[in-house]
Amino acid sequence: MAEQPLSDVRILDLTWYISGPNCTKLFADYGADVIKVEKPGEGDPARRMGPFFKDDPHPEKSGLFLHLNTNKRSITLNLKSETGKRILKDLVKDADILVENFSPHVMPSLGLDYETLEKINPKLVMTSISNFGQTGPYRDFMASELIIYGMGGAMCTTGVGDCEPVKKGMNVIQYQGGTTAAAATMIALYAARAQGIGQHVDISLMETQMAAIDRRMSELLAYEYNKELTPRMDIAGLLQYPYGIFPCSDGYVNVAGGFMFLDRIERVLKIPLMETYGGVNQFNVERREEFLSTIWYPWVMERTRKEIVEACQAERVFSAPINTTEDLLREPQFQERGFWGEVDHPVVGKATYPGRPALAEDLPWVIRRPAPLLGEHNEEVYTPLGYAKEDLVKLREGGII
Amino acid sequence: MAKLPLEGIRVVGMTQMWAGPIAEMHLADWGAEVIKVESLHYLAVGTRGPAPRHPKFAVDFVKGGYAAYLKEGYDEVNGRPWNRSCMFNVHSRNKLSCTLDPMKPKGKEMLKRLIQVSAIFIESNQPGVMENLGLTYDVIKEWNPKIIMVSMSGFGQSGPLKYYRTLGAHQEDFLGHTYLRGYADRDVTANSAMYHGDEASGTTAAFIMVMALHQRNRTGKGMFIDVSQAEATMLQLGDAIMDYTMNQRITERTGNQDLYGAVQGCYRCRGEDRWVNITIRNDEEWGGFCRAMGNPDWTREERFSDALRRWRNQDELDKHIEDWTSQHDHFAVMYMLQKEGVAAGPVEHPDDAYNDPQMKNRGFFEEVTHPEYGTHRYPGLPYRMSKTPNRFRRPAPCLGEHNEYVYKEILRVSDEEYAELEREGHIGMDLVPGLEIGKYKAE
Repeated sequence: MAEQPLSDVRILDLTWYISGPNCTKLFADYGADVIKVEKPGEGDPARRMGPFFKDDPHPEKSGLFLHLNTNKRSITLNLKSETGKRILKDLVKDADILVENFSPHVMPSLGLDYETLEKINPKLVMTSISNFGQTGPYRDFMASELIIYGMGGAMCTTGVGDCEPVKKGMNVIQYQGGTTAAAATMIALYAARAQGIGQHVDISLMETQMAAIDRRMSELLAYEYNKELTPRMDIAGLLQYPYGIFPCSDGYVNVAGGFMFLDRIERVLKIPLMETYGGVNQFNVERREEFLSTIWYPWVMERTRKEIVEACQAERVFSAPINTTEDLLREPQFQERGFWGEVDHPVVGKATYPGRPALAEDLPWVIRRPAPLLGEHNEEVYTPLGYAKEDLVKLREGGII
Repeated sequence: MAKLPLEGIRVVGMTQMWAGPIAEMHLADWGAEVIKVESLHYLAVGTRGPAPRHPKFAVDFVKGGYAAYLKEGYDEVNGRPWNRSCMFNVHSRNKLSCTLDPMKPKGKEMLKRLIQVSAIFIESNQPGVMENLGLTYDVIKEWNPKIIMVSMSGFGQSGPLKYYRTLGAHQEDFLGHTYLRGYADRDVTANSAMYHGDEASGTTAAFIMVMALHQRNRTGKGMFIDVSQAEATMLQLGDAIMDYTMNQRITERTGNQDLYGAVQGCYRCRGEDRWVNITIRNDEEWGGFCRAMGNPDWTREERFSDALRRWRNQDELDKHIEDWTSQHDHFAVMYMLQKEGVAAGPVEHPDDAYNDPQMKNRGFFEEVTHPEYGTHRYPGLPYRMSKTPNRFRRPAPCLGEHNEYVYKEILRVSDEEYAELEREGHIGMDLVPGLEIGKYKAE
């Protein structure tokens, strides 16, 4: 097997919650040595966010934390103490990358701003992830998953018009911010290796949504081009049919037949449609309701998700069942491709985790170790810096580690 | 000044719709020479708009929408609608476009010559398409052993769903994301379609391609990378998946509620369809929230007196909150609450976004002029890098805009040969007449 692509990269990881840890996870899973720096006693707040193994809110049992921190090593360090700062600066000397997602005022107030760290290690890539960026009038504003999506993303057009706008599932906005930060950090590392330069990468979560393709960028441009706002409804479903999510005998299915593929829908239903519903450009908007109520709904309501999706796919019609997480875990597709990771954790035991983002022989993705226990790697990280066992005891007593 | 990180790296892209083009977009932003290879004889769904010559009445019928075109001067008969699509123009900045017909030997020969002088070849077609064209990795690596080839399909290049046809929305359905989002008290049909996987997998693929360049620098070897858009997106749903694998529990949708016990919601404000999001996590923030409203009597009621009670009585609390927010402008609510240390932000329609003080201060939107479709403000790049000057260098290319550059300067084609390629339908700036979406048409 080829060597892991990032086996020559060391990351000092000061991140917490979701976006920052998701950024460094991508590096850790591809071989980078990621040293996660946590607050003594408490650790990353994600340790206190669910879902918890067997609903026990224990800091080593958070599914969110376990997923986001595979392959990382954990040390504890009090960055507010002088000794803590000195140790961090020692660690910066040998790091390629430092990632943090504190509020923008935190690193400068600790005397750990980019200008200071750059002097210690000119080739350092420092990535700062924050809600709104390191500059600007909102710099110190507070936010949440929901608020970032509302300000940055396409929330105004997500949902239905007679209700309030509605967010996406779970924490995907913060995850996506972390993925964008990972891509930017990777390119900064590439430049550091090629040109011998370090730099500061400023990631604003709001901007990662404002620059995201899930309708947002395109709807922004639609406004700029035509001065028209997009309503909160599925416009495509007005012109095309069948189009969207429909109930069926055992749940729901999504079918995008649409005007351009009416001939395919005709073959799926085995009913002639083109003459009645086709017409000029196959845009027979007026007859949409009639088609849905007399032909389409009766057909889907008599069939299961599996039957409908198989019939549609056989005629090359875009379609899918609406799955739960249980259905997802049972899809043979991901098992057959060896997608899932099996991870054995000292507290939680064996569990299935989401696996590799890509399949490539020359880019091995490996779970070398589960998410770390709080401070699990203090000794192995601090000893090479010249701290003896007795020193570590003193540092612990002083609340430094 | 440092160079752009990917200066000197050439990327050939045969991508469709959004996920693949987003991966290309990042590489182009970082300085790679991204050449989109397009065809005058084929247009995939959604790649340069919904259809090759979308009828004007349909274009005018729709107000807004991600599939909109630039309406001013729209003419599907004599104009070039494919150069006016929001879906395409918004992510194709910094890229070049050339045309060839890979169905014909001569077109394939030109593609071969281009791939021979490139570092990355990326495609995002249904797996059958590249197989039928004879453009699989086995062939490509014979042409250029050092090439990094990336295939990005919905489910990847193997498995029972390999040939399944899906858009981003359908991948979300398979992944359980559709089930996990939307109103808690309504079914999954009460929502708009969304395409989170396009940004998630496209950005992940950009990360992976730069990592592949890094790996190639170490090993000297080219490689094939199979990106399943569904798999790359699934990593972002890790917490819901872990709840099932650890606890065998199916996560249900919870609307706009916070997952961790905060009082949270989206509340109506003054004006047409204007809303504000508010998150109140603890007693301190609750105190700030009450102060911002002027401490009305209801805030002192027993049922709102601690975090647990507020969580349990959130429906009644929401009504009180909305009574207050609906008297104010959505930005005003943000300022009043942030001043008191409470997380709040407006739901920004595009008109809000273009005028947002933070976006203006950071120069997020960039004004760019294109000779064919004019001057407009485009959403900018999602990263600020202090030394490598990533920026909006050029607007999206018209179909075939860079044919001369690609054929004459890169491939060293003679003027005679260029003219012949034009006659044979490889080179041009117009889709062939009568082309239907998703269907190849020779002439």
